[in-house]
Amino acid sequence: MGKVLMKGNEAIGEAAIRAGCLNYFAYPITPQSEVAEYLARRMPEVGGVFLQGESEVAVSYMIFGAAACGERIFTTSSSPGISLMSEGISYISGAQCPAVFVNIMRGGPGLGGILPSQADYLQSTKGGGHGDYKLLVMAPASVQEAVEMVMRAFPLAEKYRNPVMILGDGLIGQMMEPVEFPDHLKVEPSNKNEWATNGMDTRKSKTRNLVKTMYLNPEELNAHNLKLKAKYEQMAREEILYENYNLDGKYKVLIVSYGTMSRVCRTAIDNLKANGLEVGMVRPQHVFPFPHQAINQAASKKSCQAVLSVEMCMGQMVEDVERSVLGKRPVHWYGKCGGEVPTPEEVMEEVERLLS
Amino acid sequence: MGKTFQKPEALSDAITHYCPGCTHGVAHRLVAEVIDELGIRGRTVGIGPVGCAVMMYNYFTFDFQEAAHGRAPAMATGAKRVRPDLIVFTYQGDGDLASIGLSEIVHAANRGEKFTTIFINNAVYGMTGGQMAPTTMPDQRTTTSPFGRKVADVGMPIKMAEMLTSLETPGYIARQALIKPKYINRAKKAIKKAFTYQIENRCFGLVELISTCPTNWGMTPVDALKWAEEKMLHYYKLGEFKNPDED
Repeated sequence: MGKVLMKGNEAIGEAAIRAGCLNYFAYPITPQSEVAEYLARRMPEVGGVFLQGESEVAVSYMIFGAAACGERIFTTSSSPGISLMSEGISYISGAQCPAVFVNIMRGGPGLGGILPSQADYLQSTKGGGHGDYKLLVMAPASVQEAVEMVMRAFPLAEKYRNPVMILGDGLIGQMMEPVEFPDHLKVEPSNKNEWATNGMDTRKSKTRNLVKTMYLNPEELNAHNLKLKAKYEQMAREEILYENYNLDGKYKVLIVSYGTMSRVCRTAIDNLKANGLEVGMVRPQHVFPFPHQAINQAASKKSCQAVLSVEMCMGQMVEDVERSVLGKRPVHWYGKCGGEVPTPEEVMEEVERLLS
Repeated sequence: MGKTFQKPEALSDAITHYCPGCTHGVAHRLVAEVIDELGIRGRTVGIGPVGCAVMMYNYFTFDFQEAAHGRAPAMATGAKRVRPDLIVFTYQGDGDLASIGLSEIVHAANRGEKFTTIFINNAVYGMTGGQMAPTTMPDQRTTTSPFGRKVADVGMPIKMAEMLTSLETPGYIARQALIKPKYINRAKKAIKKAFTYQIENRCFGLVELISTCPTNWGMTPVDALKWAEEKMLHYYKLGEFKNPDED
């Protein structure tokens, strides 16, 4: 299959099918409703399950119920909807079930707006729901990357028995770009018979499986949380993913940016280079686990005078960047959170202002 | 002559944590007997509530999911949609189903999800210590209605079976009681019917069971049975409200 021109939301739906996920529950919300519209047509064609739930709360538990049966399952939503799903995400994480959630972010807080934003960074990387859990959070910068990430998300969710989140800003969902779909994933046999409530007859077992999150005994709950913590530590060892841009030269400023915003920064860096000013960038592709070490190394370069976190929100990633830089360089923030994407010129001005 | 009475295979050997006189044990046994009689244990998935029955999975011997408060019908929807060959049931109390989970049960019933719900109505929140439920009777005292449920302030108790019967989607809806042997026999028949309709892939089924909570009602088990009969049955009428064969 060659390249096709496709809207991000539709491409995300198609990617899930190609990842072997034939089950989808969702609730409409702008700017991601096209995923549901696409899959309402497409799932019947491939013999899959499509259901529009009555609320995001209900959808998150439909996901839980299906994931607990060991079936590949995913949903898509946008910021206020993800807030509602966060209860379910906490339960699914606690119950150690694999599932994929896609957040096509819009502005907040509250209803905020319907234009692109990155204001759910903290929600997705630091919690959102209650309790000690983490999600593996992937942040695509193009429709092509969104497709590839969706297809990687399912095996990773199964590897860790943990939800994976695709954190895309509204542009990733709304933009049309040429995309080339990888071949259908071969779904590897999983260990689901060891834990899933898929019926004793299905797995030819005489012992039942139980999917639960409650441990009233304090020692048991502590042991359970230590087990979860070990998984998140394993993610931090094995799932760091980032891209370096223009880090070979003697850059004076290091930008840290992800998603659509990082593409604007790329153009700004190219323009500044043409003007004789070197600026480098580390683009986290996974925002949890965060590439602390890569950013630390890049910021430590002698020529680097300052680090700039560029985000379509009020600086939610700055804390993570500061924890990476560890005080070696000053860390600044630039961004907008009304739905307008900062222009390359605005990023260039900010870099120049920093150095003046 | 073989054994005439024994523990259903679907029940485990665990001793329940329920209070003396609580009717959860009766409801559990009826569900287990029906599952045994229908021979479906190996493909059944139970979905427990949040409430006194949160640890009900300890008492059964088939696959179980532990839901969040009120969300069991959404979980059952997810499970049943992706695995229509499984037999899925939820077991929920009145706080779980009629208060926090009202939306989930109404929409699941309205979609005609092919699972079964056992709804325990004892007119009170049990596990959290006897607070007012949507099903609490007028003037009934609870820890959060210490002067009795005032209808002018918080409305009348919700009749879930009747409310769900009003939906146009075909379904099986019945209310029975666990307070006398004759009612218990009818309750078992209703539960068996609901599961049978699921096995036949016919419709959603809900059996509401009028139950007692001696601890939170502040009564002896015997007085609680009397109170339920005198105070609840005239409002919560027993019977079969909806049946897919009639539609």
